[in-house]
Amino acid sequence: MELLKYSAVELAAAIKEGKATAVEAMEAALSKIEETESKINAYVTIDKEAALAAAKEAQKKIEAGALTGALAGVPMAVKDNLCTEGMLTTCASKILGNFVPTFSAEAVINLEKAGAVVIGKTNMDEFAMGSTTETSAYGETKNPWNLEHVPGGSSGGSAAAVASNECFFALGSDTGGSIRQPASFCGVVGLKPTYGTVSRYGLIAYGSSLDQIGPLTKNVTDCATVLEVLATHDTKDSTSVKREDTDFTSALVEDVTGMKIGIPRDYFGEGLDAEVKEAALAAAKALEEKGAVVEEFDLSLVEYAIPTYYTIAAAEASSNLERFDGVKYGYRTSEFDGLHNMYKKTRSEGFGAEVKRRIMLGSFVLSSGYYDAYYLKALKVKAMIKKAFDDAFAKYDIILGPVAPTTAPKLGESLSDPLKMYLGDIYTISVNLAGLPGISVPCGKDSKGLPIGLQLIADSFQEKKLIQTAYTYEKLRGAFVMED
Amino acid sequence: MANIISDETIDYVGILAKLALSDEEKEQAKKDMGRMLDYIDKLGELDTTGIEPMSHVFPVQNAFREDVVTNGDESEKTLKNAPGEKDNMFIVPITI
Amino acid sequence: MAKQYETVIGLEVHVELATKTKIFCGCSTAFGGAPNTHTCPVCTGMPGTLPVLNKQVVNYALAVGLATNCEITQYCKFDRKNYFYPDNPQNYQISQLYLPICRNGYVEIETSAGKKSVGIHEIHMEEDAGKLIHDEWEDCSLVDYNRSGVPLIEIVSEPDMRSAEEVIAYLEKLRMTIQYLGASDCKLNEGSMRADVNLSVREVGAEQFGTRTEMKNLNSFRAITHAIENERERQIDLLESGQQVIQETRRWDDNKEYSYAMRSKEDAQDYRYFPDPDLVPVYISDEWLSEIKNSQPEFREEKMARYKKEFDIPEYDIGIITDSKHMADLFEETVAICHEPKKVSNWLMGETLRLLKEKGMDAEDIRFSPENLAKLIALVDGKAINSSVAKEVFEVMFEEDIDPERYVEEKGLKTVNDEGALRKTIEEVIAANPQSVEDYRNGKEKAIGFLVGQTMKAMKGKADPGMVNRILKELL
Repeated sequence: MELLKYSAVELAAAIKEGKATAVEAMEAALSKIEETESKINAYVTIDKEAALAAAKEAQKKIEAGALTGALAGVPMAVKDNLCTEGMLTTCASKILGNFVPTFSAEAVINLEKAGAVVIGKTNMDEFAMGSTTETSAYGETKNPWNLEHVPGGSSGGSAAAVASNECFFALGSDTGGSIRQPASFCGVVGLKPTYGTVSRYGLIAYGSSLDQIGPLTKNVTDCATVLEVLATHDTKDSTSVKREDTDFTSALVEDVTGMKIGIPRDYFGEGLDAEVKEAALAAAKALEEKGAVVEEFDLSLVEYAIPTYYTIAAAEASSNLERFDGVKYGYRTSEFDGLHNMYKKTRSEGFGAEVKRRIMLGSFVLSSGYYDAYYLKALKVKAMIKKAFDDAFAKYDIILGPVAPTTAPKLGESLSDPLKMYLGDIYTISVNLAGLPGISVPCGKDSKGLPIGLQLIADSFQEKKLIQTAYTYEKLRGAFVMED
Repeated sequence: MANIISDETIDYVGILAKLALSDEEKEQAKKDMGRMLDYIDKLGELDTTGIEPMSHVFPVQNAFREDVVTNGDESEKTLKNAPGEKDNMFIVPITI
Repeated sequence: MAKQYETVIGLEVHVELATKTKIFCGCSTAFGGAPNTHTCPVCTGMPGTLPVLNKQVVNYALAVGLATNCEITQYCKFDRKNYFYPDNPQNYQISQLYLPICRNGYVEIETSAGKKSVGIHEIHMEEDAGKLIHDEWEDCSLVDYNRSGVPLIEIVSEPDMRSAEEVIAYLEKLRMTIQYLGASDCKLNEGSMRADVNLSVREVGAEQFGTRTEMKNLNSFRAITHAIENERERQIDLLESGQQVIQETRRWDDNKEYSYAMRSKEDAQDYRYFPDPDLVPVYISDEWLSEIKNSQPEFREEKMARYKKEFDIPEYDIGIITDSKHMADLFEETVAICHEPKKVSNWLMGETLRLLKEKGMDAEDIRFSPENLAKLIALVDGKAINSSVAKEVFEVMFEEDIDPERYVEEKGLKTVNDEGALRKTIEEVIAANPQSVEDYRNGKEKAIGFLVGQTMKAMKGKADPGMVNRILKELL
């Protein structure tokens, strides 16, 4: 089981040097899954045979010198809202319970080209709507650090799979914090790139203007390495941005001298758990001691991010999810009376409560007479929030804060009060509204032994600053391990 | 609660969204939506006069394709996941 | 005294653009493929797919906008129109509501009442829906997405028309302009041009518009005319009997010559338009705009004026030829080769129109090339074939665009110019028809016609009738 201790980059190096093979790595991941999956439920779909066959194929290419990338032979897990050709892709929803895509997401293709091998598809909140992975139609995922707690969400399966060594890294998607928050709850690194950096082609949309795909990894080096592979300009995605500066691993430099870090007072006020606050401020202190210039400031508009986000995300989701109607793919109700009854029964039976809640809200805020008051208003506030960040980044390289107000809550605590659950996204959501990159790095544990995440936010296209700061902090912090 | 959602509104949104809610779900939806709208009403505190609504966060424009046929016959793939299929077409309840 | 009513009509005209590919994916727009063979994940709304705009769609929309005197929205966007229907795979249609590409244009029309200007409120780009086929035996419908994502422009007029005649003139004007641009073939019967009629009535002199209805499913000028008359009567009857016109969408049934309301409690008609987050705005620079301006073709009015100056052909012919851009191009290209405008015009006005009518085709469907028409004219001019053989050859050419030179050669249709052989045949005809010979010699001039005919028959048509006449007269 030694192989499992490797990071993705270490594993690729070992395979390259002939110390291990892609097949051994896959077997190790699969046997770990065998051992822990019944407790954690990080995956929705695992195709062992296909995974082993793909690993064999990768090993052959590596030996032939045809695969030399930094991730060659590394087993990865893919969030179940990313299309994988020939492999079930459910979005953790009953409505896509039998959906097998005929193409793969651009992000998955890029990683496969770099030699990474898909193990399976990870669990998530249904259609990425939720913060706990409890809204999945295929059972909740449990936090590997404490099985009574949630892993966070919506990319909870991906975070739990990385944390429990059921894969070497995973892909997630982040619409309002869905990579960073579960990374924080599970003690792994998670990065949400600048909007447009990773192609959304093949990502089953939730909130199209906010969705970004990103990595969940064991450390910052893996994170930079995976991001470097993911970041490509894709002509199939009109919102994909052509970037020249995607050599993210070049930012793995242990130095924050002169880095200007702003700490928004609004991120440390009421509602923030004391242990989380302490851990985040200790991280800031450590960076300051290392040479960073740390200063408190007022970000403004923080309390408006959640209502803005839920208006925009719900509106886009209500439209994005219209295509699930029982006609072309997925679930269709067995008995119906005419077309509209078929639509209604299919969708009512196929979607879970949280998805329906957001579709209803989204349809309402777009409906005749309410569009200006709600949707258009939210788009205007979004512009104001973006402006607030622009002002902040005129002064600072990095904004530092917590990822979430608390550590992972207990299973079953969150769903009873949706609004309260939404409030948990307060520190992550505005990053999506402003299209910014953000990273979550483990920065401590609370008294229950649950991980705490530190969030670093940079200006658009400044992932390198994030990676450099996160890498430096990681070195300062030292190993972050789960006691058995 | 400032926003009182009526039965008519829930029924109307159900028609728009193609969702048939049970009576229990409807009651819950009325409550949830009312609470969310109360919360969203917070945005009304902000003066947004003269602010351009921002649908795209970056000023990206003119992403085009050239007018060149790139796809062949993919009908098999198109129909692969169809819940109902006949003569290479999707079956739906009669629409006339 | 009975009240006098005025009809107020505005049109929404959908035109399928002549691009090779769909508006948001690389699938072919070709007609007639087997069901779902022109589809891909994008135009069938597969989860995870994204649209990318076909630039040619913008070019065509701009060209039509400029030709109809519109203001161009240099920064325009796409919006989603949300409604559930199985021909619409995403259950939203990508269209333009808030910032359509063209606004505030007009076209000039001419009717028996004189010239007038019809305002164009806006032109926007959008995607077409798929096709539903009804299987009444199985009590189900079948969906074919081949047309899903075919690019359309929707041209929305102001309520400026007052009669069916004006409506037809307006549609003709649009058709002609768009065909001249090559932006569409604009065929009402094939659906590449579709018109929805918004109609209301009001008392003559009233300032307020009445409540309007929208009429759909109008597939011919005849249907449009009948539907307008029918709807005008229906609305007047309602008002006269003290009832009110309900704002609604109605469907015209051309067989029953009757319209019915397309109402359903499941249609909320609340499309929840919002900007499509998957598409970025289109910015049309001044350079791009002037590029389109500079490549606008010569339109019909200019063409007619030029023909009048350049070619010695009747005004009536000019009218017919320029009625179709395709025919006008054919005319000009053929003339450029053979320098015989009158003869080219005669072929187009005579045989071509006759065959088009006979086969129920449009001028746009003409398939023979200018080179072949020029060759045919040269064959006749050079007396290689006579005019009746030429008509036979033309018919084949019309069908299959054959090379007339080669065809005449292969089929041995060339006029026999060997006077000896012809003389011999004529001698035989004279010998075999003593009665006609007798009649002719007795002064019945007409009898010679029969003898010419018999000779041509014996020569299988391959003789020069002039020569036949001369030899006959000699021998008789």
